[in-house]
Parts: sequence; C-alpha cells; structure tokens
Amino acid sequence: MTTTTTNTTTSTWRGVASEEQDELSEKVSVLLRERSRRLLGDLLSPYRRQIALLTTIIVVSNLAGLAIPYLVKVGIDAGIPPMMRGSGPATLLTVVGVILAAAVTQAITRQAFLRLSGKIGQSILLELRRRVFDHFQRLSLSFHEKYTSGRVISRLTSDIEAIAELLQSGFDGLVTAVLTMFGTAALLLVLDVHLGLVALIPLPLLLLFTRWFRRQSAIVYRRTRETVALVIVHFVESMTGIRAVQAFRREPRNQEIFQQLNDDYRSANARSMQLIAVFMPGIKLIGNVTVGGVLIYGGYLAFNQEVTVGVLAAFLLYLRQFYEPMQEISQFYNTLQSAGAALEKLSGVLEEEPSVPEPREPAALPQGRARGKVRFEGVRFAYVEEMPILPHLDLTVPAGQSVALVGATGAGKTTLAKLISRFYDPTGGRVLLDGVDLRDLDEPTLRQAVVMVTQENFLFTGTVADNIRFGRPDATDREVREAAKAIGAHDFIAALPDGYDTEVGKRGGRMSAGQRQLVAFARAFLADPAVLILDEATSSLDVPSERLVQRALRTILADRTALIIAHRLSTVEIADRVLVMDRGEIVEDGPPNQLIAASGRFAGLHRAWLESLSQT
Amino acid sequence: MPPDTHIPRRPLLSSNSLWRMKSYLRPYAVRLILIWLAAVVGIGASISTPLISEKVIDGPILHGDHEALLPLGLLALGVGALEAFMIFLRRWTQVTPVLGLETRIRDDLYEHLQHLPMGFHGDWQSGQLLSRATTDLSTIRRFLGFGMLFLVMNVLQLITVTVLLLNKYWPLGLLVAISAVPIVWVSLRFEKRYIKISRRVQDEQGDLATLVEESAIGIRTIKAFGRRHHVYDTYDEAALKVYGSSLDKVRLSAKFFAFLGLIPNITLALVLLLGAMAVGSGALTLGGLVAFTTLMLQLVWPIASLGHILAMAQEAMTSADRVMEVMDTVPAIEGGTEVIDAPRGHLRFEGIGFRFTGSEQPVLHDVRLEVRPGETVAIVGATGSGKTTLTALVPRLIDPTEGRITIDGHDVRDLTLPALRSVVATAFEEPTLFSMSVRENLTLGRLDATDEEVAAAVQTAQAMFVYDLPWGLDTRIGEQGLSLSGGQRQRLALARAVLSKPRILVLDDTLSALDVETEALVEEALRHVLRDATGIVVAHRASTVLLADKVALLRDGTITHVGRHHELLAEVPEYRELLAQDADFDPSEGALR
Repeated sequence: MTTTTTNTTTSTWRGVASEEQDELSEKVSVLLRERSRRLLGDLLSPYRRQIALLTTIIVVSNLAGLAIPYLVKVGIDAGIPPMMRGSGPATLLTVVGVILAAAVTQAITRQAFLRLSGKIGQSILLELRRRVFDHFQRLSLSFHEKYTSGRVISRLTSDIEAIAELLQSGFDGLVTAVLTMFGTAALLLVLDVHLGLVALIPLPLLLLFTRWFRRQSAIVYRRTRETVALVIVHFVESMTGIRAVQAFRREPRNQEIFQQLNDDYRSANARSMQLIAVFMPGIKLIGNVTVGGVLIYGGYLAFNQEVTVGVLAAFLLYLRQFYEPMQEISQFYNTLQSAGAALEKLSGVLEEEPSVPEPREPAALPQGRARGKVRFEGVRFAYVEEMPILPHLDLTVPAGQSVALVGATGAGKTTLAKLISRFYDPTGGRVLLDGVDLRDLDEPTLRQAVVMVTQENFLFTGTVADNIRFGRPDATDREVREAAKAIGAHDFIAALPDGYDTEVGKRGGRMSAGQRQLVAFARAFLADPAVLILDEATSSLDVPSERLVQRALRTILADRTALIIAHRLSTVEIADRVLVMDRGEIVEDGPPNQLIAASGRFAGLHRAWLESLSQT
Repeated sequence: MPPDTHIPRRPLLSSNSLWRMKSYLRPYAVRLILIWLAAVVGIGASISTPLISEKVIDGPILHGDHEALLPLGLLALGVGALEAFMIFLRRWTQVTPVLGLETRIRDDLYEHLQHLPMGFHGDWQSGQLLSRATTDLSTIRRFLGFGMLFLVMNVLQLITVTVLLLNKYWPLGLLVAISAVPIVWVSLRFEKRYIKISRRVQDEQGDLATLVEESAIGIRTIKAFGRRHHVYDTYDEAALKVYGSSLDKVRLSAKFFAFLGLIPNITLALVLLLGAMAVGSGALTLGGLVAFTTLMLQLVWPIASLGHILAMAQEAMTSADRVMEVMDTVPAIEGGTEVIDAPRGHLRFEGIGFRFTGSEQPVLHDVRLEVRPGETVAIVGATGSGKTTLTALVPRLIDPTEGRITIDGHDVRDLTLPALRSVVATAFEEPTLFSMSVRENLTLGRLDATDEEVAAAVQTAQAMFVYDLPWGLDTRIGEQGLSLSGGQRQRLALARAVLSKPRILVLDDTLSALDVETEALVEEALRHVLRDATGIVVAHRASTVLLADKVALLRDGTITHVGRHHELLAEVPEYRELLAQDADFDPSEGALR
C-alpha cells in the first residue's frame, strides 16, 4: 500500500530518506478509491434503515424551511389586500399560523436529524476505532517493525479524529447545503419561471468557480500539512533533545532552521488564507450581483404587473439562502479532504493480512499442556530471499533444558528466538513444540506455552501489581506477590510509596531500568510458560541488579525450557548447554564446561572474558 | 512551576497576557487601519441593499416611477459589488499581520525555550510545549485576526440595524430587538456547557490516545504474552466513554441549533403579522415590510455567533496566559562574561551540593574533586547515586545549589555559555539523534568541521557504518529517517563529542550498548583521545574504568574514595560490590569456576 520513492529535499541539513508518500497523501481526492468506498459501505450497512429514516427527516425539515419565505410571499400577496379592503385579517392569520407550524416542524425535525445523524456517526466512529485497533493488534510483529509505532498511533488518533471532525461539523452542513440549493432552485422556478431563470444564470459560473477553488485548496492544504509537520518535528526534537542542543551549542543553528521552517509554514498558510480571501467575496459578489439583477428585472416585471411584490420579496429571501451554503461548503472542504485521506489510510491498514495467521483448525498439544520440547526441522529464514539469516537449521531442545545462545551481532540469535515465539514464521522447514507445528497452535495456547522477555521491558500505565498481573490477568493478589518474591523483586516493591499499588508512571518512568526489568521478570514468572526466552534481558542492568536477576533466574529456569541470549558471558554460566552461532549456523554445541575445555570459539571468548575479569 | 493540567476559568477582560501581545501587531498599524475601514464600509454596504430594495418596491413598482428603477437597480449592483470588494480587501490585507504575529511569537517562543535550562525542560513535557507553540498560537491568531474583528463588527451591525428598524417602525423594531434576547442568552449558556463537554471529550480522547500509544509501543510485550484481548478490552472501555460523551455533545448541539433556527422564524411570522397590519393601517409601506424581513434575517448570524465569539475570546485569553507563562519564565542559567583564551582543562569541584527544588533530600553534597589537565577520572557509583547529575553540572546544564566548579581557576558561572560549552563536550548514555543527516547530527555545534575531522571522529568512535548507509553521511537518521541500533546510536553520540575537540570530555556511560568486541575497539581509540584531553568517565564496567587514571567512588551523593582501580578494589568493599562481576561466584554453584 505504500509507494516508496527517493525524495531529495532542498534543505541539506535534513538529509535524504525514503519518504512514505502515503503519509503526505499525495493525491488527496474527495473521490474515494475503491477500498475506501468498500470500507465506508461496510461501515454504513448496519444503519440502512436509520439512514432511510434520516433522509425522510431531512427532506421534511428542508421542505418546512423552504416553505417559510414562500409563505411570507403568500402573506404579502394574499393577506394584505383583504386587510386594505377592511375585510379582516383572517387570511393573514392563517398564513402566520402555517408559518409558525412550519417553523416548529423544522426545529423538531432538525433536532431529530442532528441527533440521529450524530448517533450514527459516533457509532460508526466507535466501530472504526474498534476494528482498526483490533486489526493492529492482530497484525504480526514484522508488520509493526516496518510500519513503526508512530504511524500506528497517528492512524488511531489523528486519522480517526479527522473523520470525527467531518461527522461533527461537515456532514450536517453538506447535506443541508446541497438540499437547500436544489430546493431553492426548484422553488424559484416554480414561483416565477422568468425571474427564476434570471436568478439562476450565474449558477454555472458559481460551479466553475467552486471547482477552481476546490482544486487550488487541495494543493494548498497539502502544502500546509507538509510544512506544519516539519515545524512540529523540529520543535519536538529540539525540546526532547534540549540537553544535547545546549551541551553542543546548537541553539543558533536550530534557530536558523526553525525560522526557515516556520516561514515556509507561514507562506503555506498565507496561500490558503489568500485563496479564501478570493473565494468568499467572489461568492458574495455573484450573490449580490444576482440580487441586483433580480431587483431590476423583478422590479420591471412587477411594474408591468407580471409578478407580485410578494414574489419579489420571496426571491430576495430565497437568494440569501441560495448563496450562503456555498461558502459553508468551501469552509469544510478541507475537513472533507482530510477525512477522505484518513479513510484511505485506514482502509489500507485494514486490508493488511497478518503474516503470521491463526490456524483454521487449531491442533491441541499432546497432553493438553505444553512440556516444552522445542525442535527446528530444516528451518530456513530470510527477509530477502538471496540473503538468508538462517540457511538451514536443525536443532532439538529437550523439555526443561536451559540453552545459552552466543555469537556476534547478526549471527541469527534473535531470529531464532523470534521463530520459537512465532513472531515470524520460517520461510522453509518447521518449528515444533512438543511435536506440533507452531503454525497449528492457536494464539492462546502458544502464548501460554512460550513467553519472551526482551531488553525493552515495557511497563503499562497502572500499578506495579497491574503490570505483574499482565502475565496472567486472573492471578490473585497473593499469586502476584509470590511471583515478585520468587524473582527477588518483593523487597523493592514493598519499599515503594504505595507498595504494589504504586503507579509506575508513564512507561514506568518512575522506576529505574533495573526495577522495570525485575517487574518484567515477575510478569514472565507469573505467566508460567513451558518455554521462556530471554533476549538480552539483562544487558541494561548495572552489576548489582544483574546479580540480583541472575539469582532469580536460577529459580525461574528450574523446570522449564529456556533460551538465553546475552552478549555478556556472565549469563551463560547458568545454562545447561551452549550454542555458538555464526552466520545463521550452529558452529559449536555442548555443555559449557566441555566447550571451555575444547579449543573452539567459545573457549576463546571465555578466555577473553576471564581476562577482562582478572583486570578487576 | 508545575505545568498546568486544567485551565482555570477567568473573568473576561482581565486579558493581560493577550493585551501584551499587541506589540507584535505594531509593525502592521497601517494595514490594521485599512482592515477596520474595510470592515465598516462592508457593513454599511450590506445594510444598504435591503434599503434599496425598499425604495425599488415603494418607488418604481407601487407608484409607477419606472424612471427610477434602473438607477436604483444599478445602485444595488454597485453596493453589492462594493460589499464583496470590501470583504476581499479585509481578508487579503489581514493575511500579513495575522500570520506575521503568529510566526513571530512562535519564533520568539522557540528561541526562549532553547535558552531555558534543563530544570525547566524536566518539568515540562515536550507535548505541552508543542501545544503552546501550535494550538494555542492558532487560537490566538484566530481571535486577534477574526474573532476580535467579528466581535466589533457584529455588535456594530446589531446596533445599526436595530436603530434602523426602530426608526422605521418602532413597534416592529422593538419586537426584533426583544427576539434577540433569548438567542443571546441561550447562546451564552450553550457555549459554556459546550466547552465543558468538549473538554471532557478531549480528556477522554487523551486517555484513549495513551492507550493507543502503549498498545503500539508495547506491541512486543503484548504479543509475547498473547494479551491481545486484555488490551482490547481496556481500549474498548475507554472508546465507549468517548462515545458516550460525544453523544452528549451531539444532543446538546442538536438542541441548540434547532432552537437557533426556530426563534428567527417565529419572529419572522410575527413581523409579517404585525407588519401586514401596519401596512393595512398605513403605518408602514409595503417596501418597508419587505426590507424589514430581510434586515431582520441579517441579524440572526451576528446574534447567534456572539456566544461563539465570546467563547473564542475566552479561549484566546487562556491560550495567551499559557504562552506567556512560558515566555515569562526567566532562564535560571545565564552565562557570565569571561572567556578562557587558551583553556588547559583544569577542572575542580569545590564543595558541590545539589538538590531538586522542593526536595528535602540532596542528590549531591560536599563533592570535592580535582581533575588536572590531561587526567581522566572514572566516576563509579550505584544507580541513583548522582553520577549523571554530577556530569551535567560541568557544562552548566544544571547549576549546583551549593559550592562551585572551576575550570582553569574560572568559576564556570563567570564564563559565557558558548565559551564554557566549547571547552566541555559530553557523550550521553541515551544519545539524542535528530531527524537530520548524519553529518548534521555529528557536527551539531561545530558546523565548520571539515570532512577530514568528521572522518577522524567517526574512526575514533568505530562508527564507520555511517559510510555504508544508503546515502552515506547525507542519510537522514532519527525518528523521521533510518533507525539505528542502540550501539550505533551510542557510537554516533561519541563521535559527536569527540568531533567538538573539547578540552574536557565527559563520557556518561557511553559504551553500555556496545557488544564486547566493538567496545574493545572503541576503548582503544578513546585512549588516544583522552591522552590529550581532561576526561570524566561514568562507568558501570571494569573495562571502562580502565580508561581512567584514577577512580572516584560516588556513594550516597558524595565522593567517598578516590584512588587507583586496583587500590579501591582491594580496599573498598562497596567498590568491589559494584564492579567485580564474579563477586558472588560461589564455587558450589558456579559452573564456570
């Protein structure tokens, strides 16, 4: 769904990057593309009946509204002469009564319309929020790694809000404006064909003018979005990176860049304001000239007794509401555009297929519960076909064994871990858990059996207990505490201001990296998986914390299968078996002692490590 | 100065902050006068049109004066064109001052923020600052550019038309004036409630956004535990809340807009009734009645929008307060006047103490340390012992609350900030990369660095990978560009620090994300750099400590021991605890012994 092109910008400081064109919505068009239309149809389909009702209501409402100037005409033409003749206000009173009835009808139907359309709109929005959120959660990690969290967030916030904005302000205006225009045009012709035709002469001009404005506005709008995005990025990065800015005396250069970006934004905004400065009075001019023309021609007709004064009055009233909606349409045109672009992006996301799909007919594990035997059978994995990360891997890990993976960056350790946890599927061969292909296990079964803890120990907003309980949502308070104790995290948690009920702050900001990691371990322990994967899980810790975690690890790993990746050899000592990897292949395999005694790579690494320790 | 979380209600016209922004409009005085003139003439023209219609009906049509029809009609055309032109003139002229104001304030705000110290930025999230630089400034722009003008214009139009109507036929004029009362009253009440609901929706959307953010950034954790449904349920609950509040908002505005349409129509009916009777009794002409109805409809919008504009005014004032709150913050760290001509890099901490504002517990106290030119000191301490705070004091990212720091005998507070910060460079543990080219990221403060110097710094930091990026040094990195691994980022941060050729180089645990082999290479290269410069190295690992000539142990906010690595290792148990990786290797458990 994304087209990637090279985009060289004129400002050299920005550097060169592949721009995701869809972010900038290169061709924002109100005419939605196929998939957007499909999504829209899909979202609207449950509300078919309500929409039919809505249409009836709005038609009634507009008819009532349109009737009022006509009734004023009737009042003037038919109500006044009898009074002048002294035969009483009966006709006039009737007409006034009908106007009041029409006014009340219009008010009631309008309220009903606004409520019903608002309700449908909000329901659609809710449905869209649910669908997109759920879909993002279903999509595989490989998708998320490419798509980046920033874009996921903007899909679910600013894009949804663009559609909300349309539903809130634009929709009602659009429907009313269109209906009013058509209704008014028809009525003018009914009132008096000649005068009506004269009044409608400028219409083609009006439509051309509006089309011109729409096109220009699309260009200007895009430019505004682009420039403001750059201002925002530069501003936010300067503020979040203020430490580096000040430490390296970056302020003058930053100011120069910011002023340039801010000025670009100003020009874009100026274009947009100038466009409106031409369009709005332009519409007004057409409207006013029409009023003048109608006055002259209508006056002439009235003079010759061909139309009544009432008709002329009605024309003057109608022409007011004929041209005003045009201005409104142009006002929310941008809203319509961004909502269209947002829908386009959202429908694109919804059409993404998870690359790690759920099985159609899930298989069960042999004894109903995972034991933890992991097997790789001729596994091949490649992001790019010619450059496989794992060319061909065979490996069996018996249940309960702790395996340490050692090797340089890029040797394929993390890929191995991601295959066992089925964040990715192999491009060839099979990965088996207790003899069952991972692809045949449904998500709950798999995730209960296999859990991975990485360096980025993410904590969610909420209490410490909430975060530990994330490992098993139905765990009791006691079980949460037990898990923390087993890990050695209980003492520090108990010392927090509110103990287990302490709020961790945004992304765990109130805790140190080591403390966050301990909570993450407690979470994994509570989940109690048969297979536990630790990917660089201890590398962000300082020595005392790491020591604490390692002590805990002995408890955690006691009776489960474990795969440990670490670039510091201190972690390896607790493993039963060491695998040394190089370019996707296992080059050494054996118990640590045995490998140390031999003269292979691991022995070399280990010697170097011992030397670094002996320096201490 | 804790950032505000709620916006206090404030009485109208105590708009100090907004008033203070008027100086930004001063360069545009002539244009502003033109805008106001255009506005007034425009109103005049729009009021004249119905009056001309009246003349047309009463003159040529009813009294057969058909000579007058064409001139009157042409006059109507001319006035109509004039009105349109005045709108054009007003809007076109407005562009420059309105955007000029916004752009200038934003520039100034940015400049000011860049000079506010770390302490300020620690208290304020960048999102809060951003909303001041964008949303709040737009609100101010909209009010000063349009709202204020419309407010005055609407009131003017209201008064003129009402006077006209009263003058024409006072009973009807009175009726129209009275019908404005409920509209104004309801509009004001509506705006009040509407703002309240809107804020509630905004807050709830904010909560929803937090959940979205966490679900996106924490996706690995969610997937690792298979907690899709759990996360979805939490999200759904918040989404339903937004749904409920949005429906409240819909209901409120549905009621209001229906009402807004109703009153003018009722008034119209009454005007017709009473007007027709007046025509019957000869108190009003037929043309007068037609003019009455059109003029009356002209009043609807100015009246209805009053509430909206007043709300806008209030929001603009709140926004101005929020902007001024930042602008009025005096930078707590200002440079002195002295410059060191030929810095040697003799660094002394003299009885340094530091505590955060409002905190009882000092982070640092009585820190005394001397680092002679060319010497390198490693700072070792447990997490939270104040190491990073100590390093931030040297380039004055923060100032100590007690004691002083000197470089070559100058108190750092006496030096100009550029002079000080060109002597000291820091490579931070969490490196900040900007969405710019690699070159721009490296040369950050030293724009004049040559390619050779860049290459040498890249070499030292073992960051040669930059040449393999798709566009080499021109490749954009950071959030908006290519993403780099933690180790790559740290090496760039290191290269950046080395490139600025500082006399004093501070390395704040810069090597933590490197793998063992790269770390060894970087250390080797750093040894050369540190031979010439004074160095402060914050270290977690023994290998890093070995870069230093001596070690200072930081414990509970003060330096308890200074000495050589092996001395401390032998004599100080706490030091051993911190650095000796094999300290708890028990032969009975340790498989590797």
